[in-house]
Amino acid sequence: MKHIKIDPITRLEGHGKIDIFLDENGEVANTYFQIPELRGFEQFCVGRPVEELPRITTRICGVCPEAHHLASAKACDAVFQVDPPPTAKKLRQLLYNVFFAGDHTTHFYALGGPDFIVGPTAPAAERNILGVVRKVGLEVGGRVIEMRKRTQEVLKVLGGKQTHQVTSLPGGVSKGITAEEAAVIQQHCRWFVEFGKFTIQAFHDIVLKNQAYVDLILSEAFSHRTYYMGLVDDNNRVNFYDGKVRVVDPDGKEFARYSPAEYLDHISEHVEPWTYLKFPFLKKVGWKGLVDGKESGVYRATPLSRLNAADRMPTPLAQAEYEAMFTTLGGKPVHATLATHWARVIELLGAAEMALDLAQDPEITGTQIRTIPTRVPTEGVGTVEAPRGTLTHHYVTDEKGIVKKVNLIVGTTNNYAPISLSIGKAARGLIRKGSEVTEGTLNMIEMAFRAYDPCFGCATHALPGRQPFVVRIRDANGEILQEITR
Amino acid sequence: MAFEPKIIGFLCNWCSYTGADLAGVSRIKSAPNVRVIRTMCSGRIDPAFVLKAFQLGADGVIVMGCHLGDCHYQEGNYKTIRRIPFLKRLIQGFGIDPRRLRLEWVSASEGDRFAQVVNEMTEEIRKLGPLSLHVHRDAQQPVLHQ
Amino acid sequence: MGKPTLALYWAASCGGCEIAVLDLHARILDVAAAFDIVFWPVALDFKYDDLRARDDQSIDLCLFNGSIRNSENAEIAHLLRAKAKTLVAFGSCALEGGIPGLANLTTKQDIWHYVYEESPSTVKLNGGVFPQTHSSMPEGAIEIPEMWETVKSLDQVIEVDYFVPGCPPQPERIWEVIEHIMSGRPLPSKGSVLGAGEKTCCDECPRERKEKKLKQFYRPFEIVPDPNLCLLDQGIVCMGPATRDGCGALCTKANMPCRGCYGPPPHVTDQGAKMVSALSSVIDAHDPQEIERILDQIADPMGTFYRFSLAHSILRRVEKP
Repeated sequence: MKHIKIDPITRLEGHGKIDIFLDENGEVANTYFQIPELRGFEQFCVGRPVEELPRITTRICGVCPEAHHLASAKACDAVFQVDPPPTAKKLRQLLYNVFFAGDHTTHFYALGGPDFIVGPTAPAAERNILGVVRKVGLEVGGRVIEMRKRTQEVLKVLGGKQTHQVTSLPGGVSKGITAEEAAVIQQHCRWFVEFGKFTIQAFHDIVLKNQAYVDLILSEAFSHRTYYMGLVDDNNRVNFYDGKVRVVDPDGKEFARYSPAEYLDHISEHVEPWTYLKFPFLKKVGWKGLVDGKESGVYRATPLSRLNAADRMPTPLAQAEYEAMFTTLGGKPVHATLATHWARVIELLGAAEMALDLAQDPEITGTQIRTIPTRVPTEGVGTVEAPRGTLTHHYVTDEKGIVKKVNLIVGTTNNYAPISLSIGKAARGLIRKGSEVTEGTLNMIEMAFRAYDPCFGCATHALPGRQPFVVRIRDANGEILQEITR
Repeated sequence: MAFEPKIIGFLCNWCSYTGADLAGVSRIKSAPNVRVIRTMCSGRIDPAFVLKAFQLGADGVIVMGCHLGDCHYQEGNYKTIRRIPFLKRLIQGFGIDPRRLRLEWVSASEGDRFAQVVNEMTEEIRKLGPLSLHVHRDAQQPVLHQ
Repeated sequence: MGKPTLALYWAASCGGCEIAVLDLHARILDVAAAFDIVFWPVALDFKYDDLRARDDQSIDLCLFNGSIRNSENAEIAHLLRAKAKTLVAFGSCALEGGIPGLANLTTKQDIWHYVYEESPSTVKLNGGVFPQTHSSMPEGAIEIPEMWETVKSLDQVIEVDYFVPGCPPQPERIWEVIEHIMSGRPLPSKGSVLGAGEKTCCDECPRERKEKKLKQFYRPFEIVPDPNLCLLDQGIVCMGPATRDGCGALCTKANMPCRGCYGPPPHVTDQGAKMVSALSSVIDAHDPQEIERILDQIADPMGTFYRFSLAHSILRRVEKP
């Protein structure tokens, strides 16, 4: 059996490797997507004072520390049964929406975007931010840098540090903002909204006006019928920060709607011995293996999932694009994995709009930012939508608030099974009997992965022209049959 | 061969070292297991010295200083009286039995007391057994090669 | 003659150090103009085989972040040491183990038992199913790295030329280091810490400090501290006295106590020991019972004093029972 290895996965956050096995006919027998590491946060947080967890759990991910910081803060509030003052909650939400817009920017322009904007079969040397700039204009590179710079500045003011925030604790936040600071943030938020509109337009011009790309988005090789999960408010509108967890089935019908604290009734995790990461699945449907469909408990939690699971966006400009997307793609729910890029830019704009609303709220400069907890701490769950998916922090403490137990369901973890499926399906669709495995083929397999992960990228960078990539195909004896270099 | 505890003793110059000297001069018998390191004051003992002693193979560490109120530098042993109990908690956090660290006040005239303390500590450590730490056992872990 | 070559790699890391490099913003273009980036998994498509194929010492500068948690981290550390002329331990994890080093307060066995069996959402399988380094699947053999028992810092595995502390290193400090290297000016002697100061975080903190006589400690959520006075003076444990400066005292400026992410100050080998010493000096009690009462109010010395530096401390890890 031929064995193709991609090690490591690149242009993504985190570590991973892909093994593709081909049978005698040269068709894909199976693919394995392995996660090679475990750090053990759930165990080494035991014994820590619970109020330290918003500062420890940020180190799960330095690209979306804000998500962990706030899920953790909300879990701490629940542990102490304490309600932060309205200003504190709004400051946290403002931080979060600013972060969301910045994070989606990074992914769209530099990580997943280049494959899409520049083209999946474009030369490897073009598939990066430089190629994006050549395609859409030199100005764009500077604007992307500017977007990241502005969002990071706001995050430093609201979070203390721009990476690994510190300001949230049980009962509120440690620092408020003055009227002057609020005015500056409002200015930034207006800029973010303009940037969001610009990005939507760019997506239309480059992707949607190109029929080949639309065909690719809708192609079967990049499509799965799964359940979809996202947080919604009381009116079933997308909400990144708070609300109920809503799950819709592959036909778009509501399957579950629950408070984050009830997640254990709905989510279980399956262990496989060939990887360090577990596979979450819907408990009430059951684990049927790495398959999609209504009978399988595999679900997706991505920007596309959120838009599928909700009825509408909470802000007008994002809502208009939400409607346009579903009209173009033939109604809800959309199963096309690559449409996640479109959902992502819609969320980028929506987050910018939300941030502007919050920055203009008169309560944002309030001085009441802390409620001192008075009750005996016990147990609590905090959930937010990380850019990559629904994020849950669950803590149990002793009566002094020292952690006894931690359970985390992290954004991308929700998607481990779907990503494995996507890689397998893309590989099967693209590697056929008699076909040669080119570097374009391999990149398209990686594209199936990249659509899910908004977490990282080199947002600003002029990358070198040459991107060597070597794949060696070995037979069962380890002899090299074919070597592909790009 | 029976286990012979290795104990590091940090003794302050003015009181406890002189007390130890007195024990020697008076020919008072005591266990030979304490290796003495003299510092000017028990307040000089940086907690890192104690951790280093354990890292290097000590089975026990004893810190001796002047009685409260008698410190040659007035306040040094007041810091010690907080530092050593705090350090016991830290070593317990590392999984080391806190009885392996001991604080005693021994004055210049207390040769008997010095000997008694040394004998008691030696027997206690003998009962606790040798201290084997990860840092003693760790060689660089093997790397998987291709 | 080509441009000098640059590699960036992440071991057991969170990606925050990569983000900190990106937070150079427009200056990243200067870096890209000055260097040929030949390996950076997060951003470029070079694979491990490309790295193996390079000549030894063909990479002029390597910034290595992340701690050594498993066999793959160690293997790539050795590989990059061979391929790079100058290797920098970049960020708290590479320097001293970082937050992943807190796993040294527990054991690999306890972690696995919880993650793969006992966690409330995990479906516990009969006999226990745990990650295997080698798996024989119907189609062929696949591998994952071995997770080590103990987290290590980079210099516990290979020789390191320079150290840049911080979780993450602050972008202004990163620029100072890279600019210095780009300029060609001579670097300090090997083994030096770059991108940080020679004092403690207290020296950068703007809060007013008075004589400390502490009879009471508070956890951060228990009180609203005065924004102008030293947090430690007010009874909140702050790692400032035992932490190297360079970050700009960002946390205390945000009304939260320092937690030590820039590592121990110069000439201090053990951050926890130093903090025990510092706090002991200012606790105002000399009755043994009163001292114990006050010490009881300091929650979690191990996890607070060694938050970032446990793997690099004198004793490095908890002894297994």
